[in-house]
Amino acid sequence: MNVDLSRVVRLARIELTSEEEHRISPQLAAVLRYVEKLKELNVEGVEPTAHAVPLENVLREDELRVSLTQEEALSNAPKTVNGLFVVPKIVE
Amino acid sequence: MPNSLTIHRLIERLNSGDVTSRQATEACLNRIQSIDRELNAFIGFDSEEALTQADVADKTRANGGEGALLGVPIAIKDAIAVKDHPLNCASKILGDFVSPYDATVIRKLRNAGAIVFGRVNMDEFAMGSSTENSSHGPSRNPWNIKHIPGGSSGGSAVAVAADECVASLGSDTGGSIRQPAALCGCVGLKPTYGRVSRYGLVAFASSLDQIGPLTKDVRDSATMLQVIAGVDDRDSTSVSEAVPDYSSNLTGDVKGLRIGLPREYQVDGLDSEVKDSVNSAVECLAERGAEIIEISLPHTEYAIATYYIIATAEASANLARFEGVRYGARVNGSDPQEMNSKTRGIGFGEEVKRRIILGTYVLSSGYYDAYYLRAQKVRTLIREDYLKAFEEVDLIASPTTPTPAFKIGEKVDDPLQMYLSDIFTISCNLAGLCGISIPCGFSKHGLPIGLQLQGRPFGEPDLLRCAHTYEQATDWRNKKPKLD
Amino acid sequence: MEYEAVIGLETHVQLKTHTKMWCGCANEYGSEPNTNVCPVCLGLPGALPVPNAEALRKTALTGFLLNCDVPSYAKWDRKNYFYPDNPKNYQLTQLDFPSTVSGCVEFEFGGGVGKVRVNRAHLEEDVGKSFHFSDFSGVDFNRAGVPLLEIVTEPDISSPDMAYEYLNALKSILEYGGVSDCDMEKGQVRCDVNISVRQKGDTELGEKVEIKNMNSFSGVRRAARYEISRQMEVIESGGELVQETRRWDDDAGITDGMRTKEDAHDYRYFPDPDLMPHRPSEEWLAAVREEVVELPLARKRRFMTSFQLPESGAEVLVADARLGDYFEEVSGEGKNPKLVANWVINNLRAKLVETGISIADLKFSSTAIPELVGLVEEGQISSSIAQEIFADMFETGKDPKVIVEEKGLSQMSDSGDLEAFCRDAIEANPGPVDDFRKGKETALNFLKGQVMKASRGKANPQVVGDLLVKILNG
Ligand SMILES: [Zn+2]
Repeated sequence: MNVDLSRVVRLARIELTSEEEHRISPQLAAVLRYVEKLKELNVEGVEPTAHAVPLENVLREDELRVSLTQEEALSNAPKTVNGLFVVPKIVE
Repeated sequence: MPNSLTIHRLIERLNSGDVTSRQATEACLNRIQSIDRELNAFIGFDSEEALTQADVADKTRANGGEGALLGVPIAIKDAIAVKDHPLNCASKILGDFVSPYDATVIRKLRNAGAIVFGRVNMDEFAMGSSTENSSHGPSRNPWNIKHIPGGSSGGSAVAVAADECVASLGSDTGGSIRQPAALCGCVGLKPTYGRVSRYGLVAFASSLDQIGPLTKDVRDSATMLQVIAGVDDRDSTSVSEAVPDYSSNLTGDVKGLRIGLPREYQVDGLDSEVKDSVNSAVECLAERGAEIIEISLPHTEYAIATYYIIATAEASANLARFEGVRYGARVNGSDPQEMNSKTRGIGFGEEVKRRIILGTYVLSSGYYDAYYLRAQKVRTLIREDYLKAFEEVDLIASPTTPTPAFKIGEKVDDPLQMYLSDIFTISCNLAGLCGISIPCGFSKHGLPIGLQLQGRPFGEPDLLRCAHTYEQATDWRNKKPKLD
Repeated sequence: MEYEAVIGLETHVQLKTHTKMWCGCANEYGSEPNTNVCPVCLGLPGALPVPNAEALRKTALTGFLLNCDVPSYAKWDRKNYFYPDNPKNYQLTQLDFPSTVSGCVEFEFGGGVGKVRVNRAHLEEDVGKSFHFSDFSGVDFNRAGVPLLEIVTEPDISSPDMAYEYLNALKSILEYGGVSDCDMEKGQVRCDVNISVRQKGDTELGEKVEIKNMNSFSGVRRAARYEISRQMEVIESGGELVQETRRWDDDAGITDGMRTKEDAHDYRYFPDPDLMPHRPSEEWLAAVREEVVELPLARKRRFMTSFQLPESGAEVLVADARLGDYFEEVSGEGKNPKLVANWVINNLRAKLVETGISIADLKFSSTAIPELVGLVEEGQISSSIAQEIFADMFETGKDPKVIVEEKGLSQMSDSGDLEAFCRDAIEANPGPVDDFRKGKETALNFLKGQVMKASRGKANPQVVGDLLVKILNG
């Protein structure tokens, strides 16, 4: 099982050290080899299960609830300026 | 000491004026003081605040106030949001995060008068079966501190088993309540999916996660469930099914109750002591009138593979919010992408990274059908196995774990072996059932062994009644680890 | 070589709800940054979404207005991508089971009717808003979680003008249905444009270029014009077009390619486990259907046929839906809808603009304008007096008849009363009288004006003219 680890960690936004990469790569391969066993099963015509309970139409009415104050909202922010969450400059 | 009492005994003594909530809380704090350096069950607690809550509870009681948990000190897994308290999920990535809101279960505990105190240890983001994956260091099994306490709610189980609290809350995604309860010798209940609101539980795998209690006996489990169960308008997946009176159902009678033994649970690697203890427990129930029926759950061997695909896929999205923009321990970068990647690379522990990477992979373009979609279909087959079995039986009995607690460090280098030890607990979450683990014996080395009972969706009354009947027929619950 | 353009549009429209899609925070523009936020829309650990019923109703309503089907099953999916304005770093959307599918928009175009098929209109959530400073960016999450409808057309649009007209038609439909305010200034409507060019007669589509995040319809038209000619030039010069995302630079008037990594678009969609599917019941759909309103084009046609309004007038009343509603209310079964329409379109509209008063706050009753029209028609007041009365009733809310009564404004038609005015005018203006007698007909108008002035406009000009001629010739 060959996993393009660099592509996956880029998607997942996780920077790995090279030791981590060396450790995780074979572990991941082993797990993927293990889960191959699902291919033994014939799942043709089987509906996928996304939820453990069969609920539907769970909705809320369009009613206002109290929001956080700006101070509360920003209280955990690593960095703020003028009520905004500050991040490194976004370059498109 | 009041810290070693069950909820119902403590309530009796609080009501009689024998003991105050302040004393009970102080007893827990003292106990933590004296043994937690060794056990490492607690990540943090606020003694002052706990005692203030206790004083309020004492005053309420003096004024004739009531509450199912009035004055009872409860420890909370560090994955459940408590307003104005840190919330870390045993991870570095959350930094000094303080929750600005209460989880619904916390609101319910407070309404019932509980003293919400102390955040207990866990595997980081609930990913693990040993509480070794914690940024706070591993917790230790009170029966033998060289052994793991199980996980991911290891701290919750240790704190209850070692009398550092009266009861605790954990969360269970693939056995994370039942497995540590089994390995530490206490009672752990995973309610039916949707029975308890998940609002405020930091999500690991949303379609599998469920909050539940860890307690010293089954009656306490019923009491705790009574308090936290019910539909919540902040959780779309909570179910409006009426909440029955769980305690009144603890009749001690299992006559006619049909208990299934799955043929497929006779797995390689099942420890003989565990097997014998569970067999005796089943015999004990049979002697009391339960009907024992062999059943088949043909897709059991696919459960772990299914679980690790679904759980990691959901986790890869659930944990995407931890990237250093709005909260947490940011590691700077020249642009948002670099900042995110560094923050997550440094903030997450290795098991979490492993699972996010696996989850990202199975959802990625070209692999979705082969892995995720297929796993969802196998999940259907597993669920159907159970629903079919529950036409014949009311409960399913098995060991909670294939072996007693293993040694700390024994499996850290082999994640797959660690995953395989979840064999008996995982299907319950995939199928959305309820399940409980109760003590059913000890290994010759003195480590606890757990009996697992699984029930149909919303079958908690039968589950608790059966567990209670067995518990009352034995005296495992009265054994305490020697720690002093 | 002859080319044709193939254009498809994805239009994002914020729905008009009180609260956001998944939480009870206000769906409100212009608040202080990060004040309409809570654990849910900030993506705090442990928070969970619960769908806003009104957003689902408005989505289904849009479906009906756009002639879509509303399927019996819809579900939610997670679209995974990291961006600082995306609080959960996945966006909740509807991938394969959207709330509405297969509709169309019809509108006037090129002297006929243009028709654009709608592939789907699915519900999703808006993201926060980023602000860029010299060495950092800042994010406001007030907009995060606002219900956003994405309306996706088939590639049925063949020119930039058609795209422009489609967007205007869509906007007026959504405004009419009360689904969205479509306020462009507030960013309530944003558009992605897909454009390809092919040789006329080809059936295969060319390489598709997507221009993202347009926030004005005229910008869409300009960008499409530019992009079509750019693509034709590339083909003409033997170059090759690539499928890509480009950005419209409105100042420079050009599109330019955006740097995208090859795997940037692996969104890893999967069904959201926190949200349950929606299966609209018959009753629920019936209740939504009750809210379906007449669309602008149909209304315009009805105004022209039922009320004999000229096209220009009908257009004004359709463009301003409230004014159109008011017109329908007051014209009722009246005799002169056309004249009532004139008053509504000209006098009332001007007054409303001038004073800033809204129709809901008008003081006079809904019968006042028809009554005023009736008074003029019956010859009881002149049209200049009618203007005066209108100003008065707008001010005071009194009925026109009451004003006529109070101010004694009814028209003087009695020749006995008017004769004195006429004789005075003749006496005071010997010059014009002389002119008239010499055969200068226009001099009569001057004398008539003097009489009108003296009667403070109340004199019936017809009768005055006849009287003057009679006296002067007599
Ligand atoms: Zn909110």
